[in-house]
Amino acid sequence: MGWHQQIGFPILSVITYVPLLGALLIWIFGKGRPRFYKVVSLVATFAALVLSVVLLFKFDSANPAMQFAEDFMWVSRFNIHYGFGVDGIAALLLLLTTLLGCIVIIASWNYVKDRERGFFTTLLLLQTGMTGVFCATDLFLFYVFWEFMLVPMYFIIGVWGGPRKIYAAIKFVLFTLVGSLLMLVAIIVVVYYTYKQGTTTGAGGITFNIQELSRQTFPYGLQFWAFLAFFAAFAIKVPMFPVHTWLPDAHVEAPMAGSVLLAGVLLKMGAYGMLRFCLPFFPDAAVAYIPYVAVLSVIAIVYGALVSMMQKDLKKLVAYSSVSHMGFVTAGIFAAIALAGNAQGMEGAILVMFSHGILTGALFLLVGFLYERTHTRQISEMSQLAKPLPILAGFFLFFVLGSLGLPGLSGFVGEFLSLLGLFHYSHWLGAIAATGMILAACYLLWMYQRVLFNDRGDDEVKPAISVRDFGPREIASLVPLIVFAVWVGVYPQTFLNLLHVPVQTILDRVLGPSQQAHAHGLADLLHAARGLF
Amino acid sequence: MKAIITLIPLLPLFGFVVTLIFGKRLFGKRADVLAVAVVTVAWVLSMYVFYHVFTHREDALQVQLFGWIGSGSLHVTWGYYVDTLTAVMLLVVGTIGMLVHYYSIGYMRGDEGYYRFFAYLNLFMFAMFTLILANNYLLMFLGWEGVGLCSYLLIAFWFRKKSASQAGKKAFLVNRIGDFGFTLAMFLLILSVNTLQFTGVFAQVGSIGNTTLLAICLLLFMGAIGKSAQFPLHVWLPDAMEGPTPVSALIHAATMVNAGVYMVARSYPLFIHSHAAMLVVMSIGAFTAIYAALIALTQNDIKRVIAYSTVSSLGFMFMALGAGAWAAGIFYLLAHGFFKGLLFLASGSVIHAMSGEQDMRLMGGLRKKLPLTFWTMLTGAVAMAGIFPLSGFWAKDEIIGGAFRAGYYWVWVVGIVTAFVTAIYMGRLIFLTFWGENRAAAEVQHHIHESPKVMTVPLVLLAIPAAVLGMIVGLPPDGGWIHRFLEPVFFRVESEPFSWIGSGGLLMLVSLAVVLLGVYAAYVMYIRSRELPAELSKSFPWAYRASFNKFYMDEFYEVSVIRPVIDGANWLWTFFDVKAIDGSVNGLAWLWDRFARLIRPLQTGRVQNYAFAIFSGMFVLVIVLRWIWGS
Repeated sequence: MGWHQQIGFPILSVITYVPLLGALLIWIFGKGRPRFYKVVSLVATFAALVLSVVLLFKFDSANPAMQFAEDFMWVSRFNIHYGFGVDGIAALLLLLTTLLGCIVIIASWNYVKDRERGFFTTLLLLQTGMTGVFCATDLFLFYVFWEFMLVPMYFIIGVWGGPRKIYAAIKFVLFTLVGSLLMLVAIIVVVYYTYKQGTTTGAGGITFNIQELSRQTFPYGLQFWAFLAFFAAFAIKVPMFPVHTWLPDAHVEAPMAGSVLLAGVLLKMGAYGMLRFCLPFFPDAAVAYIPYVAVLSVIAIVYGALVSMMQKDLKKLVAYSSVSHMGFVTAGIFAAIALAGNAQGMEGAILVMFSHGILTGALFLLVGFLYERTHTRQISEMSQLAKPLPILAGFFLFFVLGSLGLPGLSGFVGEFLSLLGLFHYSHWLGAIAATGMILAACYLLWMYQRVLFNDRGDDEVKPAISVRDFGPREIASLVPLIVFAVWVGVYPQTFLNLLHVPVQTILDRVLGPSQQAHAHGLADLLHAARGLF
Repeated sequence: MKAIITLIPLLPLFGFVVTLIFGKRLFGKRADVLAVAVVTVAWVLSMYVFYHVFTHREDALQVQLFGWIGSGSLHVTWGYYVDTLTAVMLLVVGTIGMLVHYYSIGYMRGDEGYYRFFAYLNLFMFAMFTLILANNYLLMFLGWEGVGLCSYLLIAFWFRKKSASQAGKKAFLVNRIGDFGFTLAMFLLILSVNTLQFTGVFAQVGSIGNTTLLAICLLLFMGAIGKSAQFPLHVWLPDAMEGPTPVSALIHAATMVNAGVYMVARSYPLFIHSHAAMLVVMSIGAFTAIYAALIALTQNDIKRVIAYSTVSSLGFMFMALGAGAWAAGIFYLLAHGFFKGLLFLASGSVIHAMSGEQDMRLMGGLRKKLPLTFWTMLTGAVAMAGIFPLSGFWAKDEIIGGAFRAGYYWVWVVGIVTAFVTAIYMGRLIFLTFWGENRAAAEVQHHIHESPKVMTVPLVLLAIPAAVLGMIVGLPPDGGWIHRFLEPVFFRVESEPFSWIGSGGLLMLVSLAVVLLGVYAAYVMYIRSRELPAELSKSFPWAYRASFNKFYMDEFYEVSVIRPVIDGANWLWTFFDVKAIDGSVNGLAWLWDRFARLIRPLQTGRVQNYAFAIFSGMFVLVIVLRWIWGS
């Protein structure tokens, strides 16, 4: 459905480019006027947020087509379009992006002292890149946004980061680039193959349209390798075990806003890519890969939690917990395509994505706020902070509880459903993954005890340090996240309703009548791989 | 009716939110006002619901509020279900919850976290009401985790004390291990019958395979073990005594710890079809009952003695459920809620009077100075020990009598021995605290005073049911009102009516005799010849040390679970993550760097070098090409 019928203006483009417009304004008029560029940033991101809420109200969750679609010819020689449109999954992630985008502006109001104007400009550019990734319906356009987004993130870590910022920024970019270049090769292969087959409509038989490519049938050998190339790009982004080591470094060095967006939005793009490309493009390969992905996900869940438990730096702790939580996402997605009637695995996984964005985003905000007050992130240097900082302690507790999966808050619903999906696929893997919920309580509550309560001995009662507790700015940046955490926990239907149709579309595609026999064992896979040469 | 049932959990939730956020500013020093008010109203409503169920025993009340989670084929609603079992729980939770709120006004006065305390208590009431009212396992689990959270918050209430914050965390984590089982049980239920609604699950029990059913029951029971502090997951409850005493009374004696018993009783239609599971429930219960009683014998902290007695009592309840004496188990739960809540609140009154001292060795002679506390606590202790005609006697006797009649003679023996040990340690508690000379410092002695009315009135109000409840609802034994009331829940197994003159009366006499013997033993040891306990511990040092150190369970877990996990996790991080994975990433970068350095001399920037390379390259090329095409 086009934007004409639904709303009357190209809403997706507006949401995407409003931050870009803000960045331009700041660049031209903002020099030496901190108040001006901060307000412009806030207004631009807030406008994007309001529009994405409006979009959700106008969204028709029963319609399987891409909605609010925009389509203009871009490079006619290769039939590349400027195509925007969202389904329920993308719309939900769009909301997450604009919400966190607006919140980091509020939270970073006084956070950076150095080159502040550039910081806000970069944040706005980053938001445009992230939004574009979720809106693009053209593979080429998607790739452009996917790569574009790297640049502002590179600068956010590399310019406004901590002591080892250059190492972390380069590591982040190199990891991501390795994946994206593999993906680029696979994109060319896929498009070239359809062009050769001539099975598409459109000028010259060439197409970059994602939906159209999702209807193609590729030979198994091609699926096997192209899946792997796409999957590599997305697995690095998620990140899955064992390609996760860029994440802790990037988080530790990134400024608060960078960490929030990194954990809140960028990681979701990996899982989004799997849903959008890996499964619909290569259904037969995807099914063949299930056992490997499931095992890696379960390892990530347990391993991430165990490693998280030992961290001495708060940000690293939350970073490793992300590895653990994202394991639920990949596990749920791939368990859902393992057998019919397991849609809850995938819906749960997407809900975990949203909820993890909210909760972990909030945890990074809280770590940032703590850092503003104590100038350290070392757990061993903090103790009994709940005494001087009761409001911070309350907020912190809320998000810790959400993150460890307390029923009634958002983390639980998603994890329950994705675990259920995994359990349906394999009882043993499901049971092992469920220990992740015990371990999550271990690392989070232990951390909470060391930082805000006391684990040093009864005698050593520190004198209350005099630091400022939360003011309106901190509260304003966290309350919206609380609202969403409770909303998803108590009435997840609002969000699940968005997901039923797109999830079913993916499942129909993967589980539908297959033209090829599904290969299962590793030997079959290798055989199929050999067939390619 | 729908509105009333909905309001029961909703009111405390409202109280929680308002008290937590605005309590300090809105009410100042009277931050209790709203919290106490909403709980009082909730109590009135619970009593109304109880009365309704009382008069309409056969039809359960059902309330469907809204669809909670709907995904794939799974549909879970937010809804309530009230039958007679729920009504009994409403009675216990509502009444004791309200009394503890009032008591806390006096006990917590002047604490800097006063408003926080009442907010948490309200949150607890919300979660506990949700737990018992839920009409499906998932919503029950929400309440289940919610009460666990409140337990965490209230145990660690004085978070600046290391022991308190440690104990809170321990409680939550140990409970999580049980919840792991609960979660897997729900998964199995969903895969077997595709619903979590109680009525739906129980209607389809027949379609669940035997092995699956056993697995479901055992996993559910694993959750119950955690929440109701049964062996081997009991270790959190004694430590939980770090919390303020009203919390111990409410959460760790009268309500939350019963949740496991309630859950198993609620799952009656599942368990009844799995004999093996019932046997496990009974065995764990019986073992825990005697095990905890033996530990209680040698503890010196007054609250810890009562805590272990709670673990033991909960074991009794599971023993009853496992032996098929369902109604007797719930009867004990009901009576226990009152007398154990009373014991804790009374011990709080003692501690209050002793300026915070909890060690019984430093008490004594408080009979005269705290008359009301003494008499009420004595009532609780006598009920707990199971002495005729107080409530504990009837409830306990139905359980061990029931085990005997069901043919589980070893369980009967365990029950009798436990009753004997219980009588000794309850006697010890009373004699050490209230008889003899006061052994505290003069400063403390000087401050001893009876607690204010707001604390003693709840004691009296609890003492009444603790004393007479058994005679009202439990007579005649095995066929009292409670049995008839619970009939719609637990289908009645036809058995011979209780005979006073016959096996029933005889069993009762035996148990009473044993208990009285225990009390006499305590009297001898702690009043007549006080050197006897020390001598005994010297003659059996191993037994004394094992009991005093709680059979080294904490140490065992430290060595067998905590250390290995921590060390393993540390290895995973410092070696596997940093050295192996990230090391190979950096190693790759290093190799690349080396390689680049290796070929860097090629790019010297000197024209003559390039010219030389071009010419030698051409020379080689010409030779090669000639070699290929030349022949």
